[in-house]
Amino acid sequence: MTVFNPNSPDSNLEKELHLPLAWNRNFFSVGMTVVAFVLTGIALLPLFAIIWSITSQGISGLSLEVFIALPAPVGVEGGPNGFANAIVGTLTMVGIGAIISIPIGILTGIFLCEFAAGSTIANSIRFVTVILSSVPSVIVGVFAYGVLVVTTKQFSAIAGGFALGVIMIPIISLTTEEALKLVPVSYRLGSAALGGNKFQTTLKIIVPTAIPGITTGVLLAVARAAGETAPLMFTALFSQFWQEGLMSPTPSLPVLIYNYASSPFPEQNKIAWTASLVLLLLVLITSLLSRLLTRRKHQ
Amino acid sequence: MVNPSPVSDVDITVSTGYAKIFDFIFKQLVWGCAFLVALILLWIAWIVFQDAQLAIHDFGIGFLFSKDWNVSEEKFGGLPYIYGSIVSSFIALIFAVPLGLAVAILTSENFLPQSIRTPIGFMVELIASIPSVIIGLWGIFVFIPVLMPLQQFLFKAFGWIPLFSSEPFGPSMLMAGLILSVMILPTIGAISRDVLLAVPPQLRSASMALGATRWETIWLTLLPTASSGIVGATILALGRALGETMAVTMVIGNSDIINISLLAPGYTIPAVMVNQFAEATGELHIGALMYLALVLFVITLGVNSLAILLVQTIQRRTQGA
Repeated sequence: MTVFNPNSPDSNLEKELHLPLAWNRNFFSVGMTVVAFVLTGIALLPLFAIIWSITSQGISGLSLEVFIALPAPVGVEGGPNGFANAIVGTLTMVGIGAIISIPIGILTGIFLCEFAAGSTIANSIRFVTVILSSVPSVIVGVFAYGVLVVTTKQFSAIAGGFALGVIMIPIISLTTEEALKLVPVSYRLGSAALGGNKFQTTLKIIVPTAIPGITTGVLLAVARAAGETAPLMFTALFSQFWQEGLMSPTPSLPVLIYNYASSPFPEQNKIAWTASLVLLLLVLITSLLSRLLTRRKHQ
Repeated sequence: MVNPSPVSDVDITVSTGYAKIFDFIFKQLVWGCAFLVALILLWIAWIVFQDAQLAIHDFGIGFLFSKDWNVSEEKFGGLPYIYGSIVSSFIALIFAVPLGLAVAILTSENFLPQSIRTPIGFMVELIASIPSVIIGLWGIFVFIPVLMPLQQFLFKAFGWIPLFSSEPFGPSMLMAGLILSVMILPTIGAISRDVLLAVPPQLRSASMALGATRWETIWLTLLPTASSGIVGATILALGRALGETMAVTMVIGNSDIINISLLAPGYTIPAVMVNQFAEATGELHIGALMYLALVLFVITLGVNSLAILLVQTIQRRTQGA
């Protein structure tokens, strides 16, 4: 083995060091960079295409009327045409879901972080929670059907809200756990040193500190639930009219979009686009809001 | 001498009255809720299993391999739906894995300044928050018409290959797979990026120090090290794709004839449930749909558990290191 001598004119190594990268290695580098950029561009294309077509197709139908009127019967022209009942229905069912899932979700998050952190039982509960979050929403719908629709013999807002609640619980509990983990241990020690018990430490010190993170989780869960369609199709069904109460079939924005998208009537297709724009705005604003909350938290 | 420590009789940890009661109730509540969440999963399994009993009893395991689905004759076989779910999910993976990996590499390497990388990552994750039904609407009115020439080209040029052997008319297995790949891309992209970022920097430095170019480092060092995490992300995405409902229902064409051609319409388990459940009349019909739900539940449960265990093991390993 020869010792590298920078002054020797015969040194192969020196020659090699002065040469540019072999053409095939250079080609590979440049080629892969181009491929990666192109693929990322393709990956982003659908997002822009979806937002663009929903906006351009939906914006013309947007007026005050759609927020206060009922859907017009097919064939009737010139009358008021909107989907106020579906907006109210969606808000009702997401509300019911939130009432069910927020307490259970937050308390489970508290359990995972404050009560049994690191133990086998906490790890198993966390595993089950993650699994629950990945159960297809259509299965959750079937479950709510079996639990509530079959027993009450009634498609209802309660059954729809129950299904949404089950979907929201794991999202809230996992984000709550993450939020609580960010609270410094010294807070817990400080509270305990002042004689605070678990109840006081958790609810008066830890949870208030973690409120932005917990709110993020709740908002994410709400955004997710507002867009869920499949579980509502066999729990809440749909209706062309205002809902009569919590125990009757209830319209919702996603189901309206689904029904009207496959309708042969162009005016109903148009309503589907406008409803999509409203739903998309609702969901994207909620997601953006939750992002901003956590960003401020990390700074 | 006076007793020097009269204080020692006072136990400062004692809490009495309301504080003690609240603390007790609170603890019970927290434990109760945690177990409730675990119970919900069992409850779901129980309800689906219970309601599927009738069909399980009638058709047995043969249900999974039978192609007959005739509501009026009360003959039910789940093969077309199981086949459609698996094929559409695999098409989705074929397209989503390279795209997701490209996004993950681009957002974890420093090709671009951080101020551009963060928005790219954010936008890809934004796709995940778009409701499935909206993607389906876009699929029907924009995606399928735009890609119709491609489907026709595939039929004309490669019609002699069985995979492209049927005349396309719009909705098809291929379209469903492509729409699904859009929907699972955020899962693969986000998790793979986290895994790539967790690769120890020493490995990268070592590779670079030996004279490897950036892409040689990525291919020969980073990707192999991160491979188990990337596989986990892919399996997780597969679970998502199998359970995805609305968008697929809207673009797959809903035909319960098994056709090897990807340009022909197909059907999936979630799609048939959405289409038939609310209108199902006979108990056996509901039972058969519940049987399908049970099959889907078992498949996704297995796939997701595997993926989550894989991803968790890797997280634990990198955190421990």
